[in-house]
Amino acid sequence: MSQIHVKTTINGDVTEFLCEAEDTLLDVLRDRLGMTGSKEGCGTGDCGACSVTVDGRLVCSCLMLGAEAEGREVATIEGMATGDQLHPLQQKFIEMAALQCGICTPGILVAAKSLLEKNPDPTEEEVRYWLAGNLCRCTGYDKIIRAVMETAADLRRAS
Amino acid sequence: MALDSSDKSRTFKVVGTRPLRPDGIDKVTGRARFGADIVAPGMLTGRVLRSPHAHARIVKIDTAKARALPGVKAVVTRADFGTVPDAVADILDNCMAGDKALYDGHAVAAVAASSAAVARKALRLIEVEYEVLPHVSDVDAAMQPGAPVLHAGRQDETVPEGYSQNVMSRVEFGHGDIDKGLAEADRVVERTYRTGATHQGYIEPHACLATMGPDGQADLWGCTQGHYMVRNTCAAILGMEQGQLRVTASEIGGGFGGKTTVFLEPVALMLSKLAGRPVKMVMTRSEVLRATGPTSSSSIDIKLGMTRDGRITAGYAQLRYQGGAYPGSPVDMGSMSAFAPYDLENVKTVGFDVVTNRPKAAAYRAPGAPMAAFAVESAVDELAKGFGLDPLEVRLKNAAREGTLASYGPTFPAIGLEATLEAAKAHPHWGAPLGENQGRGVACGFWFNFGGDTCVTLNITPDGTVTVSEGNPDIGGSRASMTMMAAEELGIPYDKVRTIIADTGSLGQNEVTDGSRVTFAVGLATIEAARNAKREMCKRAAMVWGIDEEAVEWVDGAARPAGPNAGKHDPMTLKEIAAIASNTGGPIAGHYEVNAEGAGVSFGTHMVDVEVDPDTGSTKILRYTVFQDAGKAVHPAYVEGQFQGGAVQGIGWALNEEYIYGEDGILQNAGFLDYRIPVASDLPMIDTVILEIANPGHPYGVRGVGETPIVPPLAAIANAVSAAAGVRMTDLPMSPPRVLAAIQGQKGA
Amino acid sequence: MVKVRVWGSLAEFTEGQTEVEIKADTLRDLLDGLAGKYPGLRPQLERGISVAIDGRVYNDSWFTPISEDSEVVLLRRLKGG
Repeated sequence: MSQIHVKTTINGDVTEFLCEAEDTLLDVLRDRLGMTGSKEGCGTGDCGACSVTVDGRLVCSCLMLGAEAEGREVATIEGMATGDQLHPLQQKFIEMAALQCGICTPGILVAAKSLLEKNPDPTEEEVRYWLAGNLCRCTGYDKIIRAVMETAADLRRAS
Repeated sequence: MALDSSDKSRTFKVVGTRPLRPDGIDKVTGRARFGADIVAPGMLTGRVLRSPHAHARIVKIDTAKARALPGVKAVVTRADFGTVPDAVADILDNCMAGDKALYDGHAVAAVAASSAAVARKALRLIEVEYEVLPHVSDVDAAMQPGAPVLHAGRQDETVPEGYSQNVMSRVEFGHGDIDKGLAEADRVVERTYRTGATHQGYIEPHACLATMGPDGQADLWGCTQGHYMVRNTCAAILGMEQGQLRVTASEIGGGFGGKTTVFLEPVALMLSKLAGRPVKMVMTRSEVLRATGPTSSSSIDIKLGMTRDGRITAGYAQLRYQGGAYPGSPVDMGSMSAFAPYDLENVKTVGFDVVTNRPKAAAYRAPGAPMAAFAVESAVDELAKGFGLDPLEVRLKNAAREGTLASYGPTFPAIGLEATLEAAKAHPHWGAPLGENQGRGVACGFWFNFGGDTCVTLNITPDGTVTVSEGNPDIGGSRASMTMMAAEELGIPYDKVRTIIADTGSLGQNEVTDGSRVTFAVGLATIEAARNAKREMCKRAAMVWGIDEEAVEWVDGAARPAGPNAGKHDPMTLKEIAAIASNTGGPIAGHYEVNAEGAGVSFGTHMVDVEVDPDTGSTKILRYTVFQDAGKAVHPAYVEGQFQGGAVQGIGWALNEEYIYGEDGILQNAGFLDYRIPVASDLPMIDTVILEIANPGHPYGVRGVGETPIVPPLAAIANAVSAAAGVRMTDLPMSPPRVLAAIQGQKGA
Repeated sequence: MVKVRVWGSLAEFTEGQTEVEIKADTLRDLLDGLAGKYPGLRPQLERGISVAIDGRVYNDSWFTPISEDSEVVLLRRLKGG
């Protein structure tokens, strides 16, 4: 069977690739495009380490086929910083020690950014429920939640 | 090495601050390379075929059809491995089954192919003929004389007659006279406690990339807590010389003890050897749960006696841990740690190491201690409450302190248990009001902490910056801590030092990142390496000044004449000395190699409030505070992170997590949907209080902090749930159905 | 002579004694002395042990000095996670 040709936009760049029908978007990102920032923790949509946005919507890239990216706008962790300017969430995560091993960090950052775009003033409970699909085994989430809340406050002050 | 000074007024410039971690940017941008994030030219994909049976004789494996499939470059079974040294025989058997498959998920064959799709197809073409055998997965059932036997004739000399051959060894610790002590008690609690098997649950599945050439030289990349261990183990299994195998540790996406052994690595090397191509192997989550980790499930009998004024007169525990399909459960550590927080005249623990048809247990954060603490601390709580006594006061009354004969043998030096209990008593959490269906629990925990073989090399670059090479994978920010200790010692800014994790070709032997040893042992070696470099730099300055090197001292980042007799010379900074290194004898470095001893034990006390829904049995954690002695917190944010992460793993163990086996011995919940680790919405903030009782065996007083935080939570939460539900919970996890059944049973009674 | 405490289940191999006396100046002497005097301990010594000397835990450092008044306690080989 021949491979599928897909034309999509990833982090603002027009990107074309060939994939098998069965390849997930995560497989494509990691194995065909060399974008290994998105992680596979489970492959079943339970851990959120592969979180990306597609047309602005937060998805687990392991639950979406690569072929479904045709004509879409995909955003991954690799596109979160602007040049050498870290996104405020990225900067805050480092400052507040909101990561230990760092394997869940890309997915959590993508998910948190997606939250703050929709809700610039989330309560702690809203942050906790929004991030409930992103597993972290190291931190107990405390510093992650605090970093997201602090970033939201900073962004509100700046706007 | 001893503490530099017991002078509490010592001020640190860098240690104790919270600088940004050096690997931060890589990790928030997706640039950091973890186990599965690397490729090699001509790379093949390796995959493993696993047993669908809990216990079966492998009669025959026919790989002909798989080998004939286009794209398949190598197929490996146990027959491809030769006889290996005894020390690694079980490890190999766990990586690739020999005569028998011993658990659901046990590896029986592996392939390397041009793509993952071809590899998966090839696995389906391998024909394995199994003779299914009776199995046993429960620890108490496995000890019965008639139980199906996993390994005949391997019991060690410590096991008395009358037990199944699944009982591999027996240990006993303690002192005094239990019967006499129990007779002195006003009340004795006697109960059996059980804990489910839990998995370390690291988010990164095991992954590696192996390359072996026909000249016998090999390279291996992968996520591990100890690449030197990987090198030594794989070399032994493959019959290689250690020097021919270079292992590079990737960034590691969590380990918690689960990455202190090998699973894929020897198989990947063998596939690469046979295929003549690099082979990458990555586990699925289901493979991680079925075939790696977990920790032991346990069954523990306690007898504990107390007087009505709260003095513990005797403590007895019999601990039975199943360690999966091979000997080596951490029941010895559980037996040694069970009563460690208490100063007891009469104490005895007996432990049984039992094999079952489950995956081989791997270390999990303070291996063996949390279950033992759950049992003991539950019993202490029950007696204290029965007498109407304050559970913190009871613990203070019986607390181990400097000079206490520890339940496991030695006499304690300065320890921090009382400090954590006093801090808990003084904390606003302790007096805060509770509502309906809410309960508060406290518990103490202990861990030994280790040192071990450690190497650090510290190089002074020509421009006067510093690089530190160490051999322990950084799981939670240890590169930041090493950088801080080097900067502290050299008297230069944190950002002038960069620490890397060197490959196995670059340093001597390093013990695994385990036993909460890294900040202690690698820190100690970093400090000593820096001191060696300072001595060399003082020598260079002495040459320039034309004075004796003994007349030069290192203060605030510069060599200075020591005292008026040394003459008048302007200080020479590290940068200035580095610039003329070639003129004064050559490059400057300090290194230190040591079997680090003097690790300080660590104690913690946890306090938790819960609310139990009486209609569903569901438990919500409302408030949680950790009090722990860190000796000296090098980077307090990462110390807090260890406390918080350990507490939350304990919350998972207490409330949700367990391996569920059916009658068929097959794991029923091999995925994160059904093996449910705590998520953000399950939890409150985890408050922390760091106590600092200096470890006399480290120059800065550092104690390991990583493991102790998982020891108290099981009991603290059980005590809180028991208070909230009005019924003593003795089995973990305290899942909603179990708590509901206990509440309803209580009402019916 | 150095007094050495052994854990309970080893006493079976030390004629029931949980405290034995060995002539030793170093950890290596101690381990050799134990194996020589109580051959039943050899399997456990070969599997590996840790030794607490005056409250400090040692694994393999042969030439760790031991004095007559040292507190010496055999421990199961410590392992961590």
